[in-house]
Amino acid sequence: MKSNKAIALTAFAAALTTTAATLPAHAADNVKCFGVSMAGKNDCAAGPGTTCAGTSKVDYQGNAWTLVQDGTCESATPVLADGTKVMLPEGKMGSLSALERDLPMES
Amino acid sequence: MIAPAPPTDQAHLRAAILDPAQPVPQGLQDGAGRPAGRRFSVYRNNVAVSLTEALIDGFPACYRLLGDETFRGMAGAYLRVHPPASPLMMHFGQALPAFLDAAPQLARMRWMGDLARLELALRSAYHAADGAPLPHATLAAIPPEALPDQRFGLVPALRVLRSDWPVLSIHVKALDPTAPTAQPGAEDVLITRTDYDPQAHLLAPGDVAFLAALRAGDTLATAIAAGAAVNTDHDPAAILTLLMQTASLTASLTAAEPAVQTN
Repeated sequence: MKSNKAIALTAFAAALTTTAATLPAHAADNVKCFGVSMAGKNDCAAGPGTTCAGTSKVDYQGNAWTLVQDGTCESATPVLADGTKVMLPEGKMGSLSALERDLPMES
Repeated sequence: MIAPAPPTDQAHLRAAILDPAQPVPQGLQDGAGRPAGRRFSVYRNNVAVSLTEALIDGFPACYRLLGDETFRGMAGAYLRVHPPASPLMMHFGQALPAFLDAAPQLARMRWMGDLARLELALRSAYHAADGAPLPHATLAAIPPEALPDQRFGLVPALRVLRSDWPVLSIHVKALDPTAPTAQPGAEDVLITRTDYDPQAHLLAPGDVAFLAALRAGDTLATAIAAGAAVNTDHDPAAILTLLMQTASLTASLTAAEPAVQTN
């Protein structure tokens, strides 16, 4: 039977290799992208009493953000952190800073 | 100038806000000095509605599975027994799991309390402090001979939840109806937060013991032994991969102090 010391070596090495293979898709390469969220779907798990929990009221709201893969935000087809490609409507693009377009009407 | 209210008024006001059967407290006035009357009822209703909305925001999976009417009914009872202990709404709902465990109406959905625990754990992971995860290059640079005795810390956002129910599968299914139906059985869950948002992962038998050992400051070899003690087929590579991929490993807090430099 292998000793725990030997297992530590092989398990750690295997984990390093597997992790390295998946690094490019790692979430560290994601950026906040404004203007690409569907209504009520903007990213935020902050819960009640915060300003961001699914609070986007209109589709592609300019000041609501979602995490997308770096380099894909400022286009018509941002790629979400999970790899899903968003097809924005004609003429709309994501932005790395909040946008003035598609803001909810004041009620 | 407003005269300081006698201390009992706070208690009366609070009791009346939380109990719709109570009369409007004496002495409440509107801006023109008239009795508050229905204005108080509007306020009392707003308190209950906004706290109910806070619970819906904080427990989306429970809300989905209980349905709007049942959840709102349950929330109305909960918020009167456990009104907010803090003005920070992000902390509201801490007692909901135990409340659901004890609810006789949920005798046939005994997993609901654990589902609420999972949702609370996700929320607390969101609000946890940032850690300083070890970069991949640093991990790869640890000399093999040092690995068995290596100790690691874990980022503050990491959460472990043990459930007698398939709580993670239920959570996934509640929020994504196209997901597979939960199968009976216990599930252990690890919550990680790599960047902004927490993620829940299913753990294998032995992983919780492995993580507990790491968290206690034990060496990697000791943690592997702890996992194997629970599950002879425990695969430490899988949990180590998950910890690396989610950037959850930090430098050990219990590592030996470096030798004092003298010169």
